[in-house]
Amino acid sequence: MWHAHDVPANVSGSTRAGLGYARQTLAVAEADIRKLIHDPVELLTRMVQPVLWLLIFGQVFTRTRAIPTGGISYLDFMAPGVLAQSVLFGAIFYGISLIWERDLGIVHKFLVSPAARSSLVLGRAISSTARSLCQMVLVYVLALLLRIHLHFSVAALIGVAAAVIFGSAVFSTFSLIAACIVKSRERFMGIGQVLTMPLFFASNAIYPLSLMPGWLQGLARVNPLTYQVDALRSLMIVGGSTSFGLALDFAFLAAALAILVAIATRLYPKIIT
Amino acid sequence: MTGVSDLSNPAERQAIDRAHVSAVETCALTKRFESLVAVNELTFSFPRGSIFGLLGPNGAGKSTLIKMLTTLLPPSEGTAFVAGFDIVRSPREVRRRIGYVSQMLSADGDLTGYENLLISAKLYGIPRSERARRIAEALEFMDLSQAAGKLVKHYSGGMIRRLEIAQSMLHRPSVLFLDEPTVGLDPFAKLAVWKHIRDLRREFNATIMMTTHDMLEADDLCETIAFMHQGKIAAIGSPADLKAAMGPQASLGDVFIHYTGAGISEGGDLQDVARTRRTSQRLG
Repeated sequence: MWHAHDVPANVSGSTRAGLGYARQTLAVAEADIRKLIHDPVELLTRMVQPVLWLLIFGQVFTRTRAIPTGGISYLDFMAPGVLAQSVLFGAIFYGISLIWERDLGIVHKFLVSPAARSSLVLGRAISSTARSLCQMVLVYVLALLLRIHLHFSVAALIGVAAAVIFGSAVFSTFSLIAACIVKSRERFMGIGQVLTMPLFFASNAIYPLSLMPGWLQGLARVNPLTYQVDALRSLMIVGGSTSFGLALDFAFLAAALAILVAIATRLYPKIIT
Repeated sequence: MTGVSDLSNPAERQAIDRAHVSAVETCALTKRFESLVAVNELTFSFPRGSIFGLLGPNGAGKSTLIKMLTTLLPPSEGTAFVAGFDIVRSPREVRRRIGYVSQMLSADGDLTGYENLLISAKLYGIPRSERARRIAEALEFMDLSQAAGKLVKHYSGGMIRRLEIAQSMLHRPSVLFLDEPTVGLDPFAKLAVWKHIRDLRREFNATIMMTTHDMLEADDLCETIAFMHQGKIAAIGSPADLKAAMGPQASLGDVFIHYTGAGISEGGDLQDVARTRRTSQRLG
């Protein structure tokens, strides 16, 4: 087919297919990122929530000293949680764009293209991570203004970006699955509200797991947000530590993403029926 | 035909042989939604290089048929061959060889015309070295060069439809499916779209399958027309033959009423009406 011309003739068939898959995945992401560039207002509105959490909730709870934070200030402790939370809140409502584009007929155009269904899902996950990386920059700026003790080594920044990317991809794909199941904007908004708070509070974002009752700890240990926050806390904050180890944090996020992408790939074509 | 074919592959050779005979061939194609039979054991074919019109009242099964042929919906039973490939067994091969303009407006209003075409070019694997030329040609062919850098939400209805047809033809598909391509357009925009459909057929020898409610459109553009009623094809033939069979003064509207039993259309279900109104609203 046409893409055969894109790579040299001596490249193997599987490499060719892999390059074609990557190009189609990136094309899906590119469409969404270009829209964001044309109208970046969404990024500005997303700034509000982390500002409120860090400036109001964080400042007040720092004074109470009621939460054990392992030798760092509460503001330092919660900053990674606020970053993870802003990624979660943005990504979990991402699926509504699929319903909107279905109603407009845009999704049909992608579904009749030769792009693999999984590349349509992954492309959307990638475009969601672009938004989340913008939020990461915002939280870093805010954290600097609040004199939160941040790691600024290249390795730490890459690690934080990776945790943000994985978290965003996981929750936006989860959102895509919800959209494919509920199919209407009204129902999706209801589901989004129901999902967000339990995911946030059943995690270590604003208090450590050790403070939770046993049943809630059990829930937190299967919640991808817990692993994202755990990785962020050790990579982002000077003196921050990981409860599970970075290897387990990223392995859990990668496994969750693989499972969710597999499910979303099966459900994606059903959005139009 | 599209792109480079691998003639050492027996499946591909068989598909090419089949495609030389028919652009579309259905074999007892059926779609059920619970107890409703939307498309009922449909068997028909039409040749390459022709414009085939599918007419019928709302709910006759036209859009469901197009969705199955474009692999958007899996059939409940039976199958079809599009450009020689089986829609059930080789859906990705079918998708490589077709273009589709849906009843709704599939161009992205938040992107420019150029960007819409660029994304399509990448999805269809048009090589980087050819992309710019192919996009420029498509824009020129559809008289959209001047508006290429404008966001599509600022286009007129006719311009959006022309852009969508340009998008669907960018990869030079073997078969182009147009689902009510002129719904909601004013008469001038409609005429412009008709002209471009004729040009496509002439310049690229494209095979086109279109649905429409507009008898004049069907009469003017299509070589073959099929009337669908309750999921089956009630009549098929050239517009002239179909009219002649009804009598010397008969119009295509008379043929429509005769075969579908429909007078003034009841307008389909809530979803149909909502979709059509949404499309009309976006077209302004």
